[in-house]
Amino acid sequence: MVKKSLFAIALTLFFGFLVVGVVSAQQPTPSDDQVNAIAKQLYCPVCENIPLDVCPTTACAQWRELIRQKLTAGWTAQQIKDYFVQQYGARVVGTPPAKGINWLLRVLPFLIIVAGIVILYRALRSWSHPAQQVNLPSHAPAPPAEQPGSQDDYIKQMEDQVRKR
Amino acid sequence: MEETITNPAENSTKTGPSRLWRIVAWVGLFALLVVVAMVLLRKQQGPVTVGQKPPSFTLTTFDGRKIGPADMAGKVVLVNFWASWCKPCEQEAADLESAWEYYQSRGDVLFLGIAWTDTEPASLVYIKKFAITYPNGPDLGTTISQAYRTTGVPETYIIDKDGKLASLKLSPYISVAEIKAAIDPLLGP
Repeated sequence: MVKKSLFAIALTLFFGFLVVGVVSAQQPTPSDDQVNAIAKQLYCPVCENIPLDVCPTTACAQWRELIRQKLTAGWTAQQIKDYFVQQYGARVVGTPPAKGINWLLRVLPFLIIVAGIVILYRALRSWSHPAQQVNLPSHAPAPPAEQPGSQDDYIKQMEDQVRKR
Repeated sequence: MEETITNPAENSTKTGPSRLWRIVAWVGLFALLVVVAMVLLRKQQGPVTVGQKPPSFTLTTFDGRKIGPADMAGKVVLVNFWASWCKPCEQEAADLESAWEYYQSRGDVLFLGIAWTDTEPASLVYIKKFAITYPNGPDLGTTISQAYRTTGVPETYIIDKDGKLASLKLSPYISVAEIKAAIDPLLGP
């Protein structure tokens, strides 16, 4: 009788551990927040510039479901993103790949900033040192002096014009 | 007494490099504008037009087969872009399958279905739902649709035996007769 009882307990424990083992081996179903944490880094394939987590289309719903399946299978966020890029192209991550003409997009902003700094530096330098001046001996020819009379005539003409008005 | 004037020699040495920089800047700006213009022009080109040779591609089907230019050579090829989430695609799915069953035995007509931005499980459900038997595969990396400059789904391109685009349809076919009307003239007597 005791033997039978012990056997029954052992059998129950064996199957109990078996069930617990199977359940604990399964990945828990990822929550919407976990799915959306990755989905918001991806973009809708159909409607441009809408992140996947807020996109209402059927295509986006399918993609979010795919993310959930991949998370359940134990994939990391990076693996999922790489998979999406491989399947649907680089535009799903909203960042063009660093190849071909796309390099221009990455390099150009820095080039523009550097060019701006150079221009600003040169402008500031020219303002602080307007023109390099040198001392020349007194026997060097002097620039022609302005005739005081001609300036006076011009001012007089201007004043006459103003008075007439 | 000493006078101060600007040294002309100093000016002439400054104009050399600054002029060079100015030329470089203008050339750079011009090159940038050319690049931007080319990209914009390409984007505004629209789909491949009739009479043009459409871009060649290799389709890896859902069952792992590869169908490339060699398989398409000398055949009338119907390339249909679709997606399981696309309701208008469903309208033509049965008609496309009927047309394929009509032409399949000839051997000189090939139908290819390309699932655009679709998930594989959903695509397979769609294929099963409409009992589609012609080769279908995903547009991996959307490279084929980009090469064809598609604007959405469904879109169907029919390529003649010479490899030139004979017709394109940017909406669903409404009947099998419409598909036949597009293919029959390309088959000859």
